[in-house]
Amino acid sequence: MSALSNDNFSRRSLFRAAAGMAAAGTLAACGSNNGRGGSGGSGTQLVQYFHAYGEAGTEQAIKRYAAAYKKAGVSTNWITGNNFEAKLFSALLTKQAPDVFEFHPQLQMVKSGQVADLSDLIDPVKDDFNPNDIKSHTVDGKIYGIRMIDDPQFFYYRKSMLEKAKVEVPTTLDELLDAAAKLTTDKVKGVFLGNDFTAIQNNLIFSAGAETLDANNKIGYHTDGVVEGLKKLRTLFTSGHVLLDAPTDFWDPSALNQGLCAIQWGGMWSMPAMQKALGDDLGIFPFPKIGSAGKLSVYNGGWSIFVNAKGKNVDAAKEYVKWLWIDQKKYQEDWALSYGFHIPPRTSTAQSATKLKSGLPAEAVKLFTDYGHFDNIGFDQVMITAFNDVIASSVRKNGNPEAALDACDKKVNVELKKLFG
Amino acid sequence: MSTTTTRGVAQPAPAKASQARPRRGLRGNPTLNFWLFTGPFLIGLVIFVFVPIVWSVWLSFFDARYTVTPSNFIGLDNYKQILTNSNFPDSLLTFSVFAAFIVPTTWALSLGLALLVNQLRFMRAFFRSVFFLPTAVSYVAAALIWKMSIFSGVRFGLMNTVLGWFGVDNIAYLADPTPPWYWLVIVTLRLWIQSGFYMILFLAALQNIPAELYEAAAIDGAKKGWQTFRYITLPQLRATSTAVILLLLIAAYQAFDEFFNIIGTKATWAQTPLMELYKAALGTNQDYGAGSAGAVILSLLICLVTLIQGKFMGFGRGDESK
Repeated sequence: MSALSNDNFSRRSLFRAAAGMAAAGTLAACGSNNGRGGSGGSGTQLVQYFHAYGEAGTEQAIKRYAAAYKKAGVSTNWITGNNFEAKLFSALLTKQAPDVFEFHPQLQMVKSGQVADLSDLIDPVKDDFNPNDIKSHTVDGKIYGIRMIDDPQFFYYRKSMLEKAKVEVPTTLDELLDAAAKLTTDKVKGVFLGNDFTAIQNNLIFSAGAETLDANNKIGYHTDGVVEGLKKLRTLFTSGHVLLDAPTDFWDPSALNQGLCAIQWGGMWSMPAMQKALGDDLGIFPFPKIGSAGKLSVYNGGWSIFVNAKGKNVDAAKEYVKWLWIDQKKYQEDWALSYGFHIPPRTSTAQSATKLKSGLPAEAVKLFTDYGHFDNIGFDQVMITAFNDVIASSVRKNGNPEAALDACDKKVNVELKKLFG
Repeated sequence: MSTTTTRGVAQPAPAKASQARPRRGLRGNPTLNFWLFTGPFLIGLVIFVFVPIVWSVWLSFFDARYTVTPSNFIGLDNYKQILTNSNFPDSLLTFSVFAAFIVPTTWALSLGLALLVNQLRFMRAFFRSVFFLPTAVSYVAAALIWKMSIFSGVRFGLMNTVLGWFGVDNIAYLADPTPPWYWLVIVTLRLWIQSGFYMILFLAALQNIPAELYEAAAIDGAKKGWQTFRYITLPQLRATSTAVILLLLIAAYQAFDEFFNIIGTKATWAQTPLMELYKAALGTNQDYGAGSAGAVILSLLICLVTLIQGKFMGFGRGDESK
């Protein structure tokens, strides 16, 4: 009997102990290393969302900056995987929405009141920003985001491979097709344009002498030059000279570093990793001209920081954003140049960055300056997705480019009507 | 006396124990037990299934861009948009064809595996586990293995390595839709993951068929093999087959994980209905009204297909119940 009682007591004690430990563990987890910095558990708590950058050290850097902020606790949600946008936008609908998040300038976010007006933060230093970055974040005179990094995209190539095949750096799309053919061997493909070709869709438009939207916010991409470019890209796609189904996409330097291709489309962020792997056997060139009206182009990607206008701590979030992305120039330079290479959007920071003053980085800056194209805030995600379908239908599948563009026009016009009336 | 003595000693003790320690909690109150065990699940079901369904139907009649609490009623405009100005109708057509192929194929393969395993005289548990284990693998993990290891388009992908031994050039299974090798990738993955689960269902049904039926058939002169299978086994599996086909049909229309990870959303082929809805609502487009309208259409379609299937095959009706 007593033994039985002891067993009961023991079971209950164990249960209580386990429950206690679970509760203690949960509390401990709350206080563990979650990126929360500044004032820690007291005062205003801000949440910021970042997509996972590929370059080593970036997550630690963002958390380090946040920890240095003393006026509020800032936790970082570092979102891995390829659905950052889905997680961000679904979170923005909830009470657990981030106060601060990175994204690209898009008009529908302004129209729907998702992002706060940051003009008062930027105006005092507006002249120190790249004017194109200011323009791409401005709606009706108000600035809705702060550019953190500019990411020009261009072709990387192995100098030795081009020399061996006696190939000049291509300046037209026809020359790129010829180069890809000459550079292809049984082990190496001539060129890698990303696994689904959508990485170059903006350059297809710009290099054909067109724009996504014209000055009146009407369709600007549906031109003869773009149709010609689509047809040529289809020829390239079926030529057998393009690397397809690579294990990683254009944003990763592996395809060129591992010798899978001689020319790879990529971003400036990949430059340090490529230089480390290939040394001086590395060159860059802009996207070649398409058609008679064509011109060389460099698409400027990049990321901007926004404040959730519907968040609980808008003022505190704006203060934090100002502190980090306006006042802390040392962090901005560290963020742009210590991991991958990016161009700081602040002119003064870019000009003082010694890493960008010579060699290939300096060449990249020059390409960016001479041929750079920036996002049009009115060409939103619905339109980008519609143009993805054009690439899929007429380049990867043998569809009629005119028909694909017509289908795209239909979707884009509906969206333009919603945005501009 | 001795009986009385025995009764006097033996019987009061349990009575005393019963009065002293009435049964409590889990052992004493069936109603409490019911709510204790089913309550949390019912609450979860209401919160995470029924409320979203009702909310989704409501959203489908509103202009719900960038919000899930809209105020602008627009009637059937979202239905019109999703059916006329999106790729959703194409995806429904594609996946009706996909369902027409994958459902009978999986049914046949899982039934075949069940028959094989059922015939085994030794190591039956081993083979049952071997065929069932893939069910435990997530579609995402399997999709990445299929995409990056087995069907990678570069020369060190497993399939391309094997083909290379025979002098065949590298094939881009996923980037190039012509010819549509991507179906090979997706169908093999789906068969690998799904068949084991349905094999277990068939195996259970096979083991429930009375041996007397086969003995009677043998006495009547039925030959073993096809004749027995055609006239004894298959009719006895009717209820299980109906359930399996129903589950397979729903799974085909609800396909998402492996397509999302293998094909991606930047294609105009092999886009499942759920991927189109994901692009409309949960991706960056944030049009929850159009996405909800598509979800309502898809749900109605699944109900319709299920009812048609039920009409032809009967819901859970075996030969024995006729």
